[in-house]
Amino acid sequence: MTITLSEAAARHVQKSLGKRGQGVGLRLAVKTSGCSGLAYSLEFADAAQPEDILFDSHGVTVLVDPKSLPFLDGTELDFVREGLNEGFKFNNPNVKSACGCGESFGV
Amino acid sequence: MALLQIAEPGMSAAPHQHRLAVGIDLGTTNSLVATIASGQSRVLPDDQGRMLLPSVVRYTGGEVVVGHEAQAAQTEDPRNTIVSVKRFMGRRLSDIDTTQTPYVLLDTPGMVSVDTCVGVRSPVEVSADILRTLRSRAEASLGGELVGAVITVPAYFDDAQRQATKDAAKLAGLNVLRLLNEPTAAAIAYGLDRAAHGTFAIYDLGGGTFDISILKLSRGMFEVLATAGDAALGGDDFDHRIADWLRQHWALAASSPGETRMMLARARSAKEALSSAPTTTITMTLDDGRSLTAELTREFFEQLTADLVSRSMAPVRRALRDAGVAADEIDGVVMVGGSTRMPHVRAAVGRLFGQEPLTDLDPDQVVALGAAIQADVLAGNKPAGSEGWLLLDVCPLSLGLETMGGLVEKVIPRNSTIPTARAQEFTTYKDGQSAMAIHVVQGERELVSECRSLARFELRGIPPMVAGAARIRVTFQIDADGLLSVSAREQISGVEAHIEVKPSYGLTDTQIADMLTDAYGKADSDMAVRMLREAQVDARRLVDATTAALEEDGHALLTQEEFSGVQAAVHALAEALQTEQDVQKIKLLTEALNAATANFAALRMDAGIKRALAGTRLTELQP
Repeated sequence: MTITLSEAAARHVQKSLGKRGQGVGLRLAVKTSGCSGLAYSLEFADAAQPEDILFDSHGVTVLVDPKSLPFLDGTELDFVREGLNEGFKFNNPNVKSACGCGESFGV
Repeated sequence: MALLQIAEPGMSAAPHQHRLAVGIDLGTTNSLVATIASGQSRVLPDDQGRMLLPSVVRYTGGEVVVGHEAQAAQTEDPRNTIVSVKRFMGRRLSDIDTTQTPYVLLDTPGMVSVDTCVGVRSPVEVSADILRTLRSRAEASLGGELVGAVITVPAYFDDAQRQATKDAAKLAGLNVLRLLNEPTAAAIAYGLDRAAHGTFAIYDLGGGTFDISILKLSRGMFEVLATAGDAALGGDDFDHRIADWLRQHWALAASSPGETRMMLARARSAKEALSSAPTTTITMTLDDGRSLTAELTREFFEQLTADLVSRSMAPVRRALRDAGVAADEIDGVVMVGGSTRMPHVRAAVGRLFGQEPLTDLDPDQVVALGAAIQADVLAGNKPAGSEGWLLLDVCPLSLGLETMGGLVEKVIPRNSTIPTARAQEFTTYKDGQSAMAIHVVQGERELVSECRSLARFELRGIPPMVAGAARIRVTFQIDADGLLSVSAREQISGVEAHIEVKPSYGLTDTQIADMLTDAYGKADSDMAVRMLREAQVDARRLVDATTAALEEDGHALLTQEEFSGVQAAVHALAEALQTEQDVQKIKLLTEALNAATANFAALRMDAGIKRALAGTRLTELQP
């Protein structure tokens, strides 16, 4: 089981965490909702929960809860610029389909 | 794929979820509506960019006019133009000084009513008309239905007045998340609730009323220590002073109603101008064509109105005395109401408390802004624990309902602060489906059979429609007492069903902890089961739809060979559904059936269009 960040993503996370002034890492999760089954959530983490599984990628701690891990296994989180927009992108090998707006997906 | 941003813990919003909540300042003179957008509280303007909605309602034969237009008609139709209705809320006729009002007041049971040209209107109905206008303003600018609203009331409002305000909101179709004291809302807008504790004074000088409240913040809760005020002191009095002076200055004996109105408007502009400039020039044209000019300095204006300012100081001292605190023990003074923009008001308040009052936020908006912040939290848009003053409780386990295939759709995720409300839309699965069973469950597992069943009810009377056309909005709401109410409403026909349950009933902390560990341990198998069930539901839907279509016009549209091809694919999938547990195989067969029916679907579409167009002239089709 692995979850990684691209270098660009790690740099951006570290910068954001620095700006925020607190937080132990980045929490990735999957919620069963949305129009195509599942949706990602990406949050700062202030503390690790006992059940969390931790990954370290380019110096950033990634926290994932055990319920989300099967859906995220093998994911690489990238930080990209698309036109005027920049943000995080999940390269998740488990994804089979996504809804039109891309906010939710199915495995 | 949409690009994501990192959210604060617990703040990431689920896709396509509308949890629009607003804060409403239902004022005596003006009303406002505000909401949280991108973490910032802001007031919603009307289509002409105006923030304030005058709390004036005019009843004419045809429609109800609210706001600026109603205000403009005040002098021409005083009997049917209701201003300052807030003063009548929850009051009896005997509580009101009838000599001051132009209305025909009636002593009706419970509360006074106003007799207008469209019949008897209670203050609740008049307030509801104001709230309805704010509601449609909010829904138009936010683009969706509101989950709820926080409405502010004066701290001194009694139970009858509060209930009347709630009733008005209900009548306007608003779900009241909470009534909030106006001074508390102002304190929240300034973020004073973030301090550990403190004592604050809220000085609220509005258009026609003055209120002073002393609040104490401790353990995250605001307590109103004392309130005092003057129900007949406000910004309007300052305007009258200037108008009186103008009349003297220009030696006008009598003036027409039109001239009086214009003079008051000029006085008001002059007053506002003097808040930022040391002098201002007032010009006015009389009915007889004479043009008059006057020069007013801030210094002279302050002399003219000094007694009004000092009149507000007596209630302040009284409130401090009632609260048992000295002026220098106050940790912060918040200025509310447009009239607190006047420099000499600010200076007088500053002198009395020995500190600079807080004036960074627009004093007209500060109450609505604070209400919006609270509404946002109550609607469930803020995470657990981040706002201590509201953290009444959290729901320990997710609440959701059963969907096709025995799967759980979570509506309220665990650790949501309560009170909270969430809504989600569902649809029908079969053509012509007229009822929907709603099974409310609690737990973290993916399958209904592994979660705790809380309640079941049925929504009946859904009009016959094709599968997927009905829009059923299911709302989960947990009130401050932890009572869960679930309601389902078919949006097109409006049929509704509703149930109430106490979700935490009978569960101990250990049981809750066990349910959570269980869910974590079984994450893998749960995911597999969920995928299988989803594939099965999809496949079943396709089999049903294809079978129905074949029966309807399969023979008419397909050759014998094509017909058997589709039929074979249907059989293969239907058979697999009986026995197969391999997700991939079901998905492959589903895709195969999809491919086999592609041509059939196209033919059906063409036939459908032909039917729709047959006998229609081309000209009738052009837009």
